[in-house]
Amino acid sequence: MDNTGKILEEKIYDEFNVLKLREQFPILNQTVNGKPLIYLDNAATNQKPLSVINSISNYYETINSNVHRGLHTLSERATEAYEGSREKVREFINAKSTNEIVFVRGTTEGVNLVASTFGKVNVKEGDEIIVTEMEHHSNLVPWQNLCREKNAVLKYIPVNDEGELILDDLEKLITEKTKFISVVYISNTLGTINPIKKIIETAHRHNVPVMLDAAQAAPHLKIDVQDLDCDFLAFSGHKIYGPTGIGVLYAKEKFLEEMPPYQFGGEMIKSVSYEQTVYNDLPYKFEAGTPNISGAISLGAAIDFINSTGLEVIADQEKKLFDHAMKRMNEMGGIRFIGTAKEKASVISFLLEGIHPYDTGSILDNLGIAVRTGFHCTQPLIEQKYKLPGTVRASFAVYNTTEEIDIFAEGLKKVKQMLG
Amino acid sequence: MNKSIKELEEEIIEEFSLFDDWMGKYEYIIELGKNLPLIDPKFKTEEFKVKGCQSQVWLSSEMKDGKLFYYADSDAVITKGIISLLIRVLSGHKPGEISEADMNFINKIGLKEHLSPNRANGLTAMINYMKKYAAAYAEQNVN
Repeated sequence: MDNTGKILEEKIYDEFNVLKLREQFPILNQTVNGKPLIYLDNAATNQKPLSVINSISNYYETINSNVHRGLHTLSERATEAYEGSREKVREFINAKSTNEIVFVRGTTEGVNLVASTFGKVNVKEGDEIIVTEMEHHSNLVPWQNLCREKNAVLKYIPVNDEGELILDDLEKLITEKTKFISVVYISNTLGTINPIKKIIETAHRHNVPVMLDAAQAAPHLKIDVQDLDCDFLAFSGHKIYGPTGIGVLYAKEKFLEEMPPYQFGGEMIKSVSYEQTVYNDLPYKFEAGTPNISGAISLGAAIDFINSTGLEVIADQEKKLFDHAMKRMNEMGGIRFIGTAKEKASVISFLLEGIHPYDTGSILDNLGIAVRTGFHCTQPLIEQKYKLPGTVRASFAVYNTTEEIDIFAEGLKKVKQMLG
Repeated sequence: MNKSIKELEEEIIEEFSLFDDWMGKYEYIIELGKNLPLIDPKFKTEEFKVKGCQSQVWLSSEMKDGKLFYYADSDAVITKGIISLLIRVLSGHKPGEISEADMNFINKIGLKEHLSPNRANGLTAMINYMKKYAAAYAEQNVN
């Protein structure tokens, strides 16, 4: 028997050394409440590698200048870097053209933009919009508000006890009044990876466009908007190792052409007279005002980080961490898991039996362990659907280690000992 | 003679100075939270709920012989433990005294993070309500 397997294993180990990777994340190297920080709140925001941090300071140190309008050298450099980043985003999600890539503040703004433009024009009294019961507030409240304004109806694809969508009902939910479907790709609370291709196919059979909230999907799996055939998609920079305040709205060009502008002012115009304005071409029509230039450029650096690390390597490491955590938590017993879908990302929502999530989170914080507690911006799901006071959520990123999971598991034992 | 708010605050600061680490402190708060039946179930309704994102708090108050008494509860034990400290300090005093209390003892015993708005546990809102009630009663008395 040869030792190919062993060599292969060593090769993978060589290729991905988590301790080496952690050197790129200075924030992880600190103590909190006297204990080494263990950051397991990655679904809320993940930490930034030096390349991203340096990209921000480098921008301000070398090329800071307003984009698109200046004819001087710095402005050209800034524009080149800004537009270069747009191309990186296009490639990252395999969009057809950079005309389809609009820089926004984040997923929330992406959804609001679509609700306020596409929604405003196309949704009328009595029409219907479909979302799911597991939406983040950011993909729920804008639609709720639009429906209230238009006297339209918001309908929900139901969720079962395991945290999976009950898709049998989708055909029944879609009627000739359905104007739009907006669905979360991966649930931030449950970790469920939704069967979005099936949803998109079903919707398209009825000529209904579909938007994806890809905030949690973008850091974990390869997104190919052409393969998915989604009509709209939004994600946030800060959840893919990039800075806060920058995100992306993807939309098929035909929709962007039809949609009215979201905001008005600089950058989004071609020409202005006292009487009227001609709007700019795509995607600039949707980028009013001086954009978040350094944010967009650093988002490009974050995409470079993901590409050089490898989305597959990231996914493998996260899977390893998830499996290890589930094993340790199952051994412990007395834990109720919220969200046990077959297809899951590296998010574990749970409750220690008989212990309030606030108490669990407070004790873990004292142990230097950062988790999230509460409704996770999915209050209807937690409160109305599952009738819970909240959950504790641990979510993993590529830089977490199995040793950290072990300390987390010991932390949970401590919580039980103190509060059980 | 009953202790003043200031004296009660000092007393609690003194008690907490005995703990040399966070664990002893939290174990004590958890005990307080577990042991105190703080509110009549009839007050555990929406009407008396001080909403928080992380934990829920219920609060009611009553005037007796010119003094204001509070009754409160929470679904989280640590929140409840901190509530019992707040009640120990404030309850049973004249509204005017309560509305003037600075509640700085929470900082001094090293629990200020539980009053951070970021925690959204209902405690900050609860203190505001407690003081608002006191101020309203104090005004009534003046009139």
